Amino acid sequence: MLSMSTNNSSYNDQGGADSAVEIGQETTPTSNSGAGFGLFSTDFKKNDDLKEMLENNKESLKLEAMKRIVGLIAKGKNASELFPAVVKNVASKNIELKKLVYVYLVRYAEEQQDLALLSISTFQRALKDPNQLIRASALRVLSSIRVPIIIPIMMLAIKEAASDMSPYVRKTSAHAIQKLYSLDPDQKEHLIEVIEKLLKDKSTLVAGSVVMAFEEVCPERIDLIHKNYRKLCNLLVDVEEWGQVVIISMLTRYARTQFTSPWREDGVFDENSERAFYESDEEKTRDDTEIKPYTMDPDHRLLLRNTKPLLQSRNTAVVMSVAQLYWHLAPRNEVSIVTKSLVRLLRSHREVQYIVLQNIATMSIQRKGMFEPYMKSFYVRSTDATHIKSLKLEILTNLANEANISTILREFQTYVKSQDKQFAAGTIQAIGRCATNISEVTDTCLNGLVLLLSNRDETVVAESVVVIKKLLQAQPSQHSDIIKHMAKLLDNITVSMARASILWLIGEYCERVPKIAPDVLRKMAKSFTSEEDIVKLQTVNLAAKLYLTNSKQTKLLTQYILNLGKYDQNYDIRDRTRFIRQLIVPNEKSGALSKYARRILLAPKPAPVLESAYKDRDRYQLGTLSHTINTKASGYLELSDWPAVAPDQSVRNVEVIEPVKEWAPSLGKTGKSKPAKSSDDKFYSDSGEEEEDEKGSGTSSSNDGSSSSSAGLSLCLCVPPPGPVCVSGPAFVPEKSHNLLHRMTGKGLAAQYQFTRQPCLYQPNMVSVQISLTNTSDHRLEQIHIGERSPAGLKIHCFNTIGESHCFSTLDDTKEDQFSVSIQPAVGDLFLAVTMTEQDFRKEQGKLQGMNECSATITVTAENTSSQPLNRRVAAMANVGVVPSGQDNVHRFAGKTACSGAVLLVTVELRESSAAVITINTEKSVMGSMLLRDLKKSLAQA
Amino acid sequence: MIHSLFLVNPSGDIFLEKHWKSVVSRSVCDYFLEAREKALDPEDVPPVISTPHHYLISIYRDKLFFLSVIQTEVPPLFVIEFLHRVAEMIQDYFGECSETVIKDNVVMVYELLEEMLDNGFPLATESNVLKEMIRPPTILRSVVNTLTGSSNVGDKLPTGQLSTIPWRRAGVKYTNNEAYFDVVEEIDAILDRTGTTVFAEIQGVVEACVKLSGMPDLTLSFMNPRLLDDVSFHPCVRYKRWESERVLSFIPPDGNFTLMTYHVNAQNLVAIPVYVKHSINFFESGSGGRLDLTVGPKQTMGKTVEGVLVTVHMPKTVLSVSLNATQGSYTYDNATKVLVWDIGKLNPQKLPNLRGSLSLQTGAPKPEENPSLNIDLKIQQLAISGLKVNRLDMFGEKYKPFKGVKYITKAGKFQVRM
Repeated sequence: MLSMSTNNSSYNDQGGADSAVEIGQETTPTSNSGAGFGLFSTDFKKNDDLKEMLENNKESLKLEAMKRIVGLIAKGKNASELFPAVVKNVASKNIELKKLVYVYLVRYAEEQQDLALLSISTFQRALKDPNQLIRASALRVLSSIRVPIIIPIMMLAIKEAASDMSPYVRKTSAHAIQKLYSLDPDQKEHLIEVIEKLLKDKSTLVAGSVVMAFEEVCPERIDLIHKNYRKLCNLLVDVEEWGQVVIISMLTRYARTQFTSPWREDGVFDENSERAFYESDEEKTRDDTEIKPYTMDPDHRLLLRNTKPLLQSRNTAVVMSVAQLYWHLAPRNEVSIVTKSLVRLLRSHREVQYIVLQNIATMSIQRKGMFEPYMKSFYVRSTDATHIKSLKLEILTNLANEANISTILREFQTYVKSQDKQFAAGTIQAIGRCATNISEVTDTCLNGLVLLLSNRDETVVAESVVVIKKLLQAQPSQHSDIIKHMAKLLDNITVSMARASILWLIGEYCERVPKIAPDVLRKMAKSFTSEEDIVKLQTVNLAAKLYLTNSKQTKLLTQYILNLGKYDQNYDIRDRTRFIRQLIVPNEKSGALSKYARRILLAPKPAPVLESAYKDRDRYQLGTLSHTINTKASGYLELSDWPAVAPDQSVRNVEVIEPVKEWAPSLGKTGKSKPAKSSDDKFYSDSGEEEEDEKGSGTSSSNDGSSSSSAGLSLCLCVPPPGPVCVSGPAFVPEKSHNLLHRMTGKGLAAQYQFTRQPCLYQPNMVSVQISLTNTSDHRLEQIHIGERSPAGLKIHCFNTIGESHCFSTLDDTKEDQFSVSIQPAVGDLFLAVTMTEQDFRKEQGKLQGMNECSATITVTAENTSSQPLNRRVAAMANVGVVPSGQDNVHRFAGKTACSGAVLLVTVELRESSAAVITINTEKSVMGSMLLRDLKKSLAQA
Repeated sequence: MIHSLFLVNPSGDIFLEKHWKSVVSRSVCDYFLEAREKALDPEDVPPVISTPHHYLISIYRDKLFFLSVIQTEVPPLFVIEFLHRVAEMIQDYFGECSETVIKDNVVMVYELLEEMLDNGFPLATESNVLKEMIRPPTILRSVVNTLTGSSNVGDKLPTGQLSTIPWRRAGVKYTNNEAYFDVVEEIDAILDRTGTTVFAEIQGVVEACVKLSGMPDLTLSFMNPRLLDDVSFHPCVRYKRWESERVLSFIPPDGNFTLMTYHVNAQNLVAIPVYVKHSINFFESGSGGRLDLTVGPKQTMGKTVEGVLVTVHMPKTVLSVSLNATQGSYTYDNATKVLVWDIGKLNPQKLPNLRGSLSLQTGAPKPEENPSLNIDLKIQQLAISGLKVNRLDMFGEKYKPFKGVKYITKAGKFQVRM
């Protein structure tokens, strides 16, 4: 304790990092189970120490303490007793400290509900913070604190955040919905309202999260999707990857309830015709449409079309979800476009391979054609993990057909020799399946398997026996040789399953091997007591069957075996023996049953069907957890069957707001920063057609042209003071236009602005800005207008909505974008040129002395010494009028600020050796000095 | 969706846990550890395990298990992909993904995990965005932080998070503007014992390192884009442009990223750059055997084959080897039964050879089967498919960037059956 606190005192600014590491190391090797009393007490001391640090006034110490606490949490140690000390810091100004306190709160609030309430007011305050990041993180933490008392507060916060200006905060509110729902399902109805609202949100940021909330809270409210269906389809490519997965899976479910089946009416899948189909994909599509009266709902097509590009995503989950969408929704002949992408995923991590192979296994059962061209991608490598190997084997077996079976069998031969015996055994089963499925190769396979019977490895032999048994059962007539061979093997094989299989086989077909069978029984009688149970049971079976067919030779043997069985330790065997004895040995008690003994024991038995374990897996939606584990996971949402009749399609119609056609240059008032809105389109789809469509001009006025950075300028209106000045036209209109919105940022919408220096039409104290909008995308842009938001002190006369910005393509799209832009005028553009006499000039100048005057001496370049170029230079720089001057070497210019009408006087006095003195007189001294700076630059350069 | 994350080291200790919803006791990992015990190799642990109340989805990477706990239905790939992103993020921040590094930076890792998921749903996984929120550690910064008490946590919402191009930071500035592209191709092949190609294909990836100021809009075109059969892109690439013109048009993320991966058209025959002459015999009497390996260049397009490394997984009964290599050196790990022969550069005049005897466990039967060889190799300045970058154009910015393209061919899963 003491040592800890001395240690503590040395923790000044420098020591932090080191000691954290020390302590980290100290605690890592301890396993929690082995924590004895000693360890516990040091923990206890350390916490005391942390408490002290937290109560210290130094921020660095607090931060240090919080870091160590979070370290403890990360290791799974209990730090809950520090709660009171930590919670005090929740209002800290230090961002990192605050974040760490949040982490702590979320972890322990559930355990310390009363204390947690102390922090709530801080979050409520933060929810109103102007910084969106702070608002969002406050909501995140508030909703993560699992304290039931604050449910109403959470509800309120969620509702408010759902209509926040920032899409990031709205996204957070979508997450909060799920948290609140899991805390209190009774809030469902209210939450659905919020979900409904957020579903209408047009931001790509929100879409994924709100659909996630929808899936968790009210997946059954499919009606909420109707109006948003097209929007979601169109937004899809631009949503972040994780959102894409969720949206696609939701839309799959939706589509299954809303559209009719695109699959052919006969429904049942016909393998042969289907295969032919793939070879001529294109033609078939055309045929199809001719034959079938089915027409696909355009919305159904929209979904298929808009998800297709996502097959190229780098995110494997996205690719898989598109693949399952096509599998469950696309017409049969279109599904195969997903093949290539799925095969590509096999290059990814082991775990990805595992899931993808499982899904391919399910698909390949129904649709061999899809994966057959990629058969070689499923070849097994010796370095694959065992579960990957068996999945590949499964798929290869599914893909086998008459044409490729020889290749596959050759490949299987290699696998059988694998060092991984489990895999070798799996291969043998696969060979068995191929043999039953493809009758042409049954014999070849059987012979191959018989060869394997002499393999040195027991597992391989045993597996072969089992598989041969199954194969022979299918067609026993021709194979007495093999049965004989297997009878011989009985001496060497020790694997019980294999021995049992051989015995069963001999019993079943004892009439085909009349000589050998009794001999085998004799051998088994000898070893009966030392056999495994399963072998004993089969020996009893064999005895019974032989007794029925060949009682002369085997009667005694049978009785001997039945006697042994009667006293066996295993009750199953005793039971079976008793049953068999009653059945086959007639006596007075046995009654009617023994008459049927032969028919019971030697009934023809159907051959086992060797089929894939993945046969019926497609009852689960592909790509889901349920599909992987082959049981219904909690929260699994069933995919419904196609409806026989499509529900009303019009529910998805969205009222289209008629765009106002407005071609005249639109109007400006006090213009400045303009968030332009455009409905435009996917980032992926811009192509380079350029077309100038529409010009709008706005005017802006400013009183003191100091351009404040992000907000552009602050402008205000003043009443123009009366003066001996009259406004003249500009001497010069600069051609140069500036970028307002780059076409990349604007997603195809480019905007440029230029100052026309014309007096504004709307109000004399505004500055005209001409804005040119260019649509460089191949989509229609509609309803471009200036958003309502304008910084304080600034008036913008907005132009009306520009109807449409045309280009040739007509993809309809309803996405809305908002861009914040700012116009940064050169100070010179904020003046209006005025004319006045030299005399007036001097008079005005006299009034504007002292602090209203600024001047500088510069060296002008040679060509600027004559009056013409000099006038041009000055006029280019600022909108000022030339004042006739009596002196050759003195040039005078005059203007006034547009917004306040303050007079501005510029005097350029040329001296010898190309020196010049610029003097500016104006009461707006800031603008004056800014203009002076610009003029200096302009005149000094060539 | 994702409930909790546990990081488990190879010996089965849980050294980090993070919960995004209510806390799940770490005893849930017992089911996983049990499966881990059962599996012979960590690779063999099934990625999805279902337990009575939870589902465990895990990945094995860099000798660590990332184990996530799931309670309800979720696409397993969603979780797997996310876990890999976590591993990549750690790698990206700290240079490597290992237990030591994570333990040393546990607070930062924890903060990152906090930002990456909200309520189990991914929030920010783009490295450019994360790096704006939590700055990666550098020596300079940690010194400054200690002195000034400032932190690595950013206080503004990253601009990328809100824009339509979330992968790029705003306001990027470099004095030297440069863009490098590495075209890396890997040959996946299986050769049978006679040297015939059973299966071969080329997988390629274009890795980019772009350090350009502002908002550059790049267009990368290939001389022979028809070679590319199947492609996947970083989200920045405009798919429509690719569909119509076969050019890659994109606004790049800042820094390193994978621009695209591709698969080369299957119709093209794949050039196999090396051949292996091999013979392995085990004596009938048991007790021993002989091994003779020679590696030589085949279709190398006139380039040198470097970094040749042959790995042989010997049968379990091989006790020790006594070999002689004419070039390079070999090691034999008796525990894993892996023989590694590091050859280095391949000299066509003097082919490297490895021969000698193998000794088997006494009494063990002669191994049934022959092992297979895995080959690693590298060829600089060559894309084996013949893919060539035509040009890189930049729009949207005025400066002239420095551009560079590099080609490398490597062996992917290149296996020779003996």
